[in-house]
Amino acid sequence: MSIVENFDLYAPRLADKEEYFSAGHRACQGCGEALAIRLMCKALGKNTVIINATGCMEVISSLYPTTAWRLPWIHVAFPNSASVGSGVEAGLKVLRRKGKISDRDVKAVSIGGDGGTVDIGIQALSGAMERGHDLLYVCFDNEAYMNTGMQRSGATPFGASTSTDPVGSVSFGKKAWKKNVAEIMVAHNVPYVATACHSYPIDFMNKVKKARKIKGPSYIHCLSVCPTGWRMDSSLTIKVGRLALETGIFPLYEVENGKYRITVDMPELLRPVEDYLKLQGRFRHLRPDKIEEIQARVNLEHKKLMNKVEQLQSWNDLG
Amino acid sequence: MTKRAGMEIAFAAAEAVALCKPDVVAAYPITPNTHIPEHLSDIVADGRIDADFICVESEHSALSACCGASAAGARTFTATSSQGLLFMAEVMPIVSAMRLPVVMAIGNRALSGPINIWNDHSDIMSQRDTGWISVFASNGQEVVDMVIQAFKIAEHRDVLLPFNVNLDGFQLTHVVEPMLFPDQEEVDKFLPEYKPYATVHPDRVVSMGTLGMPEIFTEAMKAKDMALINSKKAILEVWREWEEQFGRRYGPIEAYRTEEANVLLLTVGSMGETAEVAVDELRKRKMPAGLLKLKLWRPFPSEELRKAVKGAKVLAVMDRAVSCGGSAGPVCAEVKSALYGEPDRPAIVNYIIGLGGRDVIAEDFIQIVEKAAKAEKEKPKEAYEIYGVRGS
Repeated sequence: MSIVENFDLYAPRLADKEEYFSAGHRACQGCGEALAIRLMCKALGKNTVIINATGCMEVISSLYPTTAWRLPWIHVAFPNSASVGSGVEAGLKVLRRKGKISDRDVKAVSIGGDGGTVDIGIQALSGAMERGHDLLYVCFDNEAYMNTGMQRSGATPFGASTSTDPVGSVSFGKKAWKKNVAEIMVAHNVPYVATACHSYPIDFMNKVKKARKIKGPSYIHCLSVCPTGWRMDSSLTIKVGRLALETGIFPLYEVENGKYRITVDMPELLRPVEDYLKLQGRFRHLRPDKIEEIQARVNLEHKKLMNKVEQLQSWNDLG
Repeated sequence: MTKRAGMEIAFAAAEAVALCKPDVVAAYPITPNTHIPEHLSDIVADGRIDADFICVESEHSALSACCGASAAGARTFTATSSQGLLFMAEVMPIVSAMRLPVVMAIGNRALSGPINIWNDHSDIMSQRDTGWISVFASNGQEVVDMVIQAFKIAEHRDVLLPFNVNLDGFQLTHVVEPMLFPDQEEVDKFLPEYKPYATVHPDRVVSMGTLGMPEIFTEAMKAKDMALINSKKAILEVWREWEEQFGRRYGPIEAYRTEEANVLLLTVGSMGETAEVAVDELRKRKMPAGLLKLKLWRPFPSEELRKAVKGAKVLAVMDRAVSCGGSAGPVCAEVKSALYGEPDRPAIVNYIIGLGGRDVIAEDFIQIVEKAAKAEKEKPKEAYEIYGVRGS
């Protein structure tokens, strides 16, 4: 008996029935990011302000005079959703303190794609986290600038062919490895950092709810499958998200006050990375030696993560 | 009771902001900036105002945070200069498009290169078309007054636009002057509480900053342009109220000894004070020179300018910025455009002066007036002259 078949039985206890991100937006078929946004909004509830960086989600949801947002929403520019969020948070806090607005606990939630987070927005993100605003930042990572046609970002994985790091007679695609922003956030001493994926909706929503409760900064990095940019069938979105976990390419974990915990179990024996890569056109050109290189890296990263899970204690237990 | 005090003008600007009881101040202290944010952080740290001071990691984030705070309904202030203003440039036209009444003090300084940090107007001139109301102060008192006026004008329900108060870097920001400070009660009487039109709050759900396709973008720009043009009515109204309450008069263009003047100087910012000295001296020498001090830069007061130049033979426009490869300095190009349709317009000459902190003294204006007077008979060869270039 799956959750999907018995949605009405289970869903009310698992997720808010209210839709805060409406149908009718212009996302591509099978868009993992739009799905993730919908889940995030359900987990956040109505006492939320969304601050959106320029990117896919802003473009597909806010074509004037329409809007898909049933939560208060603001978009300013590409690199600054964390700093606009800082201002929203400060403004709401001061106005509430002075009794100029209603006494509601409203959470500021900044969101951005991988470009707006990992590349052009990382300075604003770092600043906001360092200052310690009561701000949740969620990065929806579809691993390239998909809105503008698949240009590589710092979050694009090794070996992927993109429109600015394309495969060619002397190139196999992107030569650098994916930047790990979750770790950068841990290094900021952010009390709650997590990775997530729409293919594990309950896990994702639980993490959003946990982050919502933190009085201070928190960060969630959500892998968002993009059938258009990853050049794959749009019916495979959920499956590919699951394969990212099962191959160990994108493990789901949370870091609470420095303590690492795997939140969705990975198989004892990880599936070969090829199972994940072969479904996607962006990796189709990869020769066995490059796939081996990726496999070795994934194995190493997996060991590094498990080492942290086993070794690192909560800061609260150290002091 | 109004208090008379001498202090550095940057500190005075911060004191004026404090009198307006802002909710959020976001600023970056360098690239470069003045003592305005530093002093405001002192005021907040001492609990003199109940505000959040966000010391951000860049000017881009300073204006972005102001944008967010203002969208939340907070009275919001920032300050910057030079490269810092350029770093804000991406956000500048968005703040005005979103109709957020953010107030900013710009301690005008030269843009790099070479890196310089001293005064000229190249920073604000690069941002003149971004939809902000823009005024220039020529002394410390005007800075204090204009900062307080700025909140009232920007937040006026018929305006709702961001506002920048320009004060010359060093020539004003770092100079100590005696100034009159209204007391809190007087400012409270003058400046009502900010009542935003729409905010990002779940009490009333709105989407702000949506995507404008080609079918709507032109209309959105027209609306912004009209809002800025129409703001002049509220600006004049608030200036009248200021004069009634505080006795100091403000207008888009201030005339100084223009009666029967053959040659009119037109200045922007603090050099107006120096030009007054030059005009006094010239009048002593029986040379009928006068002075126009442009206070309101955006919306540009074309109508007032046409009236102000009536009867003059030559108008010498001072620019403190170069529009590289252009037809004139930015102020002069605007002036020429406003006067083009006038049948009896004066001959217009343009001097670019005081770049990157180069001193401008009264003697410079005397020489300029003498030179400009010749333009009545003979058109100068060059469209503009960069004044005082050594070795030329």
